[in-house]
Amino acid sequence: MNKLSIDPTNGACGAIFIAVGLFFGYQSLGQEIGNAFRMGPGYFPLVLSGILILLGAIIVVQATRVTGEPIGQIAWRGMIFILPAPIFFGLTVRGLGFVPALFVTALIAAFASQRMRPGTALIVALALTIFSTIVFSYALGLPFQRFGPWIPWVGA
Amino acid sequence: MDLFDNLALGFITASTLWNLLFCLTGVLLGTLIGVLPGIGATATIAMLLPVTFQIGDPVSSLIMLAGIYYGAQYGGSTTAILINMPGESSSAVTAIDGYQMARNGRAGAALATAALGSFFAGTVATFLVALFAPPLTKIALQFGSAEYFSLMVVGLVSSIALAHGSVIKALAMVVLGLLLGLVGSDIFEGTPRFTLGIREFADGLNFVAVAVGVFGVAEILRNLENEHDRSVMIRKVTGLMPTREDFRRMTAPVLRGTGLGSVLGILPGGGAILASFASYTLEKRVAKNPEEFGKGAIEGVAGPESANNAAAQTSFIPMLTLGIPANPVMALMIGAMIIQGIVPGPDVAAERPALFWGLIASMWIGNLMLIVLNLPLIGLWVRLLTVPYQVLFPAIMAFSAIGVYSVKSSAWDLYSVAFFGFVGYLLAKLRCEPAPLLLGFVLGPLFEENLRRAMILSRGDPTIFVTRPISAILLLAAALVLIVVLLPSVRKKREEVFVEEDA
Repeated sequence: MNKLSIDPTNGACGAIFIAVGLFFGYQSLGQEIGNAFRMGPGYFPLVLSGILILLGAIIVVQATRVTGEPIGQIAWRGMIFILPAPIFFGLTVRGLGFVPALFVTALIAAFASQRMRPGTALIVALALTIFSTIVFSYALGLPFQRFGPWIPWVGA
Repeated sequence: MDLFDNLALGFITASTLWNLLFCLTGVLLGTLIGVLPGIGATATIAMLLPVTFQIGDPVSSLIMLAGIYYGAQYGGSTTAILINMPGESSSAVTAIDGYQMARNGRAGAALATAALGSFFAGTVATFLVALFAPPLTKIALQFGSAEYFSLMVVGLVSSIALAHGSVIKALAMVVLGLLLGLVGSDIFEGTPRFTLGIREFADGLNFVAVAVGVFGVAEILRNLENEHDRSVMIRKVTGLMPTREDFRRMTAPVLRGTGLGSVLGILPGGGAILASFASYTLEKRVAKNPEEFGKGAIEGVAGPESANNAAAQTSFIPMLTLGIPANPVMALMIGAMIIQGIVPGPDVAAERPALFWGLIASMWIGNLMLIVLNLPLIGLWVRLLTVPYQVLFPAIMAFSAIGVYSVKSSAWDLYSVAFFGFVGYLLAKLRCEPAPLLLGFVLGPLFEENLRRAMILSRGDPTIFVTRPISAILLLAAALVLIVVLLPSVRKKREEVFVEEDA
């Protein structure tokens, strides 16, 4: 048997669990541990981290024995456009205000699909913004500023 | 009799004009999103959760949430039947025969069977909840920290047993969820833990953000992997009313499915999936015409649909009485209650009877609304199936962003959505189920609190968990479940079941 054959899916999975376990474990050590009678803030997370590292190790060991299915297609385009959308909204909703922030957020997300044409994306984003402004801002009365301080020339 | 007084209180609470309206809105919104292919009930609820917080009154908001749940489930069955795309694993079974019925031109009958079966099961299960929740609450009131701890162990272990794929991975997901649940201030001493110095995380990670990320965003990314046309062959559904022959054939499966589902739904960890599978297997076994299964047998729709709806209902029992979620949807409900300032658990029935019984009554009202609304509206839902996906998901992203931000106006919550969307997608790619993670996340703080309290009471002696009888029995049950799923023979069988489901 070839010693170096590791199933990439499970190998990566185990490695991630080990890494996360190490991170939480290291952070827990910075806390007061205490003892079983009076557990400090670090006690329980430290135990959990240990278990997570152990489980990760088992998954890695298993990965050397059995090969699973391949990872398959990855939605790169989806990730590039979908994930920044909420981040953009978070960064700008106060500064730009609800209306422009939402419009750009929807526009960014719309491009995640290969099938989206720029014209359609604009229409979708515009329609969404109008709908959401009416529903969330006017009807439900969410306390969002519609146009923020970054664009003072648009009447608020 | 007490039961009827309580139910009367519930119906009075649930049938105020506003609450009926919220229930209706919930059912409609839930069906609307649930009918979108590839979006399951959990993702639907996660996305609509923030909307319900806009309602000031917790009773109304939970009623609406329950409505969303039924709507989403029904929407999932609709897509399963019409385009063979179950939104949720529990309606995967419906797709087997439901889709074949639709191909044979009997889509209307299949949809009506699903709706009627679900309604009957929902009615029975609602009564069961009303009947069994109060005595269980009394038992639960005697639970100490040790019992709570052991009970949560049972819940977490069962969620592992019912997850797809590797048991070890599911276990790791639970532990990861527990750790993520601990982010924030320590409950006993108030020191911040794992917050990376970010002040906004001192109250813990926002539950809505984690749920929207792991379920909603990750699911969108998975759907974007492989964009292909959905073929909706049924543009018009006719012949809704099942024939007399259909009624005759579906009666027994509905009854059996209801019974099976009611029992299995109480099991923590995802009884609805198990219930629909068990019901399908049972129907196939007792049928006089087993060869018809898989080719459009009405029994194969009636049984599992009733089972899955009954289970959906009875899964409220552990949530309402113990505050322990039986599945990710209940975890979301608990998260919602906590945000509304209600501590889920046995005290809810005693301290907030209107909420407790109102919720139970609204289950039945919600089911009634589903059948009254959805059968006539089916044409609308069918048309919705033809809306291209690339138009839908920007809308879902925009509403999620608004929703999450509206919970406490924190930009960090939106960054969490992106982060957990990525994490959820990554883990899904590595074949790790998100459901155990969410359960762990919700239970994390409670789990630690009860563990620490029990250990203080026992002066550091861990045998407290086995010397107290209820706790010992619960732990024994958890150990049994774990041993059973790890047994080689059961493991094989389990793999077969899930392979069938994925197919």
